[in-house]
Amino acid sequence: MIAFILRRLLQSIAVLLAVGLVAFSLFRYVGDPINAMVGQDTSMEDRALLRERLGLNDSPPLQFLRFVSNAARGNFGLSYRTSEPVGRMIFERVPATLELAFCAAIFVLFVGVPMGVYTGLYPKHWSSRLLQTVSLLGVSLPPFLLGILLILVFAVMLHWLPSFGRGQTVQIGWWTTNFLTISGLKALILPSITLGLFQLTLIMRLVRSEMLEVMRTDYIKFGRARGLSNRAINFGHALKNTLVPVITVMGLQLGTLIAFAIVTETVFAWPGVGQLFLQSVQFSDIPVMAAYLLLIALLFVVINLVVDLLYFVVDPRLRSQGGAAKVAGH
Amino acid sequence: MAMQQPAPTSWLHCVTDSDVWWSFKSSPTTVAAALATLFIFLMAFLAPLLAPHTPFDPATLSLSDGLKPPVLVSPDGDWTFPLGTDDQGRDVLSSIMYGTRLSLIVGFASVIVAMLIGITLGLVSGYFGGAVDAVIMRVADVQLTFPAILVALLIDGVVRGIISVQRHDEIAIFVIVGAIGLSFWVQYARTVRGSVLVEKNKEYVQAARVIGLSPVLIMVRHVLPNVTGPVLVIATINLGLAIITEATLSFLGVGLPSTEPSLGTLIRLGNEVLQSGDWWITVFPGATLAALVLAVNLLGDWLRDALNPKLR
Amino acid sequence: MAVSNNPPLLEVKNLRVEFPTRRGTLLAVDDVSFDIAPGEVLGVVGESGAGKSLTGNAIIGLLEPPGRIAGGEVKLEGRRIDNLPYEEMRKVRGAKIGAIFQDPLTSLNPLYSIGRQLVETIQTHLPLSASQARKRALDLLKEVGIPGAENRIDHYPHQFSGGMRQRVVIALALCADPRLIVADEPTTALDVSIQAQIIALLKRLCREHHTAVMLVTHDMGVIAETADRVAVMYAGRIAEIGPVRDVVKQAKHPYTKGLMGSIPSLGVRHDKLTQIDGAMPRLTEIPPGCAFNPRCTVRGQRCMVERPNLMSAGASRAACWLHDRGGVGAPVTKELVDA
Repeated sequence: MIAFILRRLLQSIAVLLAVGLVAFSLFRYVGDPINAMVGQDTSMEDRALLRERLGLNDSPPLQFLRFVSNAARGNFGLSYRTSEPVGRMIFERVPATLELAFCAAIFVLFVGVPMGVYTGLYPKHWSSRLLQTVSLLGVSLPPFLLGILLILVFAVMLHWLPSFGRGQTVQIGWWTTNFLTISGLKALILPSITLGLFQLTLIMRLVRSEMLEVMRTDYIKFGRARGLSNRAINFGHALKNTLVPVITVMGLQLGTLIAFAIVTETVFAWPGVGQLFLQSVQFSDIPVMAAYLLLIALLFVVINLVVDLLYFVVDPRLRSQGGAAKVAGH
Repeated sequence: MAMQQPAPTSWLHCVTDSDVWWSFKSSPTTVAAALATLFIFLMAFLAPLLAPHTPFDPATLSLSDGLKPPVLVSPDGDWTFPLGTDDQGRDVLSSIMYGTRLSLIVGFASVIVAMLIGITLGLVSGYFGGAVDAVIMRVADVQLTFPAILVALLIDGVVRGIISVQRHDEIAIFVIVGAIGLSFWVQYARTVRGSVLVEKNKEYVQAARVIGLSPVLIMVRHVLPNVTGPVLVIATINLGLAIITEATLSFLGVGLPSTEPSLGTLIRLGNEVLQSGDWWITVFPGATLAALVLAVNLLGDWLRDALNPKLR
Repeated sequence: MAVSNNPPLLEVKNLRVEFPTRRGTLLAVDDVSFDIAPGEVLGVVGESGAGKSLTGNAIIGLLEPPGRIAGGEVKLEGRRIDNLPYEEMRKVRGAKIGAIFQDPLTSLNPLYSIGRQLVETIQTHLPLSASQARKRALDLLKEVGIPGAENRIDHYPHQFSGGMRQRVVIALALCADPRLIVADEPTTALDVSIQAQIIALLKRLCREHHTAVMLVTHDMGVIAETADRVAVMYAGRIAEIGPVRDVVKQAKHPYTKGLMGSIPSLGVRHDKLTQIDGAMPRLTEIPPGCAFNPRCTVRGQRCMVERPNLMSAGASRAACWLHDRGGVGAPVTKELVDA
């Protein structure tokens, strides 16, 4: 198990380095770092001097090494657009995105999984068929369109909920939170639904098909033959066996949530990292793009590691790999 | 050629007699989806013939026609603009027809690009194995963890960094096709690679190699026909995704420019005036987009089940 | 036999199991009747598709949809159980009727320790505290011969071999001391060397607990060794039923004879093993008259049109016109031809 985790850690670092290489290539070769730092009227000599001082004439591997070590300390240089330090720009906006993604994930988990279980247990019931059809609609409705429709109905027509921004936030250390004010919580509702609905339908369909699969297995039939109650069978035995694939997909989807936050944040003018990234794409603000790329990669890697660890919690077959598996021989 | 001898009627019979046709006929939802798709396709591709106006020819626009509501909901409507007009006086119905055409063109083109890249890399990866395979598949793994929209945004951002803004608008459609194509190739590559690995060690391939047939020929003759089904399924499902991705990029303002608007661009333009309550500028293109993607997705779902009896 | 004088534990009367399909309804179990006395082992033997497993599933009320009981009745200790509501029947399963399935590898939930699965079953049916239930689970594991049960109780299914897992499955079936165990091919998935151990274990446990067994298998050897009586099934019907010795030594139905001829016995020199030509008809293609007639070597004109019911044949009962007064060649009545 420890060997497995070590191997995964090494893989994660390799992925991070690969993404780092892409980010570095963008940073170094697509844009010109010098332009961001000096005015139009700086002479060629001064530029060359600065270039030398920043080590931009060093060999590419050395520059890459420097880029990685700077990135590890959160130093990504200055934004081309605002000339602010990129690290700080991103840091300021991280809480908004994470809180939004967190709420959306909760929404997905606590609505999507029960809906999937229900439609998986009673696939023939009319309400299951209805949910199944509606879920296809959910997959077909682009998130930005959903966001617009929600704004149209709940903000423009009914005036129940705000259509943009975070509302009032509370500062705790460097973290700003929505969770402590009514207006902050209200502001979270529409964006969370917008961000989550697509994933919710995915999770619901996944849980449903996994449930259908598990309900056909021998151990469920044997559970019935032992006279176990429906509750024990459905939730104790069946649901737990659907968890491994569900965790995998949830893990991947959590990453997707953060990336899709780009769209949701744009629709709702939510001051998060995604909106910053989109602005940087429009202005070709390479340092911000590179930093965002690395941030996302880091998140994915961390989530994948957590998912791997969760497997061990859920599935005893993985826990005892190596050691006890040998006992199983005749 | 002898193979083309059978009369067209018997070919037709072959189609109508097959399991796929049977499963198609027996699913009313699928038939409805197919009809809806056909309708939208016709409406889009015949737009120059059918559309009542040419909304992106500035000469035909008049600001006095601006912001007319749809005829069926308001007495202020005008039958020349059945779905109303936007703030520039453009006919919403015509905009939708032209926009859908662009959305579909981009969707199809990017699926074809993804397919070509994916199939080629899959063949190469599976056939040569070793380091080539390892590199391609690791790249695929890493890319798969990044959502397509992010990859497409990134590619678009890089292109913007390299070329000037003005040039960008001219080649926007190619950039976006390339960006979406590049972000969807992984699934094809994996499918094709898997099939190559299975076929590669079969005796007839070994035999073909012994008698000196070129590997490329073997691949094209024997592997590609095997993957037609799965690739078709992936392509159909990807078409829906590609249309959504294009719409999303255009909505975000990094896709097609407002001089050449797709459905996504139209929704973005409508969204800018949404707060004032002129909902029709947004809602009609949005509904068209949702209907199109839903119909394509339904077809994709059905095709997957029909070609894969095991899944039923 | 002594046991057959007691009132029956299980009575199956005219049981019919149907499968509605796109091409019409299939009758997979057709008019099957038999009894099982307390403590008796009834072997049910037949080729795959003969309806033996379906009969077992129908008795425990776990026919997989769209299969359904279309007629007849099943009585346990004189009480009808085939028409009980799901929740009532659930309380019968595990408590009164235990079940053992074919594949011990897939019968156990891989995510829970065997102790947990045992305790859960015990507490479902018996009013025991957690520690009492665990104690009982431990006793059961010892009883089915799991070495080092104290340590093994917290292990997971994948940590056991196939034979050990089947022992755990047997322990699970015995949790609430049921009166009847329906064992569906309990040894088929196991190594030959393990099969004998499991059969011996099952036999010993049932004798000690006075539990009746309905042993469904296609392995005549297992039946000969274990069962008190045998029911031979063919194409959804019982072809012959009787005491095991009579069926094995003096089969009354041509199908049973063929079946017995295909088993090599130890200590006897065989010039050749006989074999029945052809294959059992599919449910969609059952011929009129006796379902066995296309493969039968002694068929007469009556067998082609009239379906034989079970009739006395020595100590057994067989569904074959050979044992009717008229014989296989008796003239066929007009109405029957029309029907």
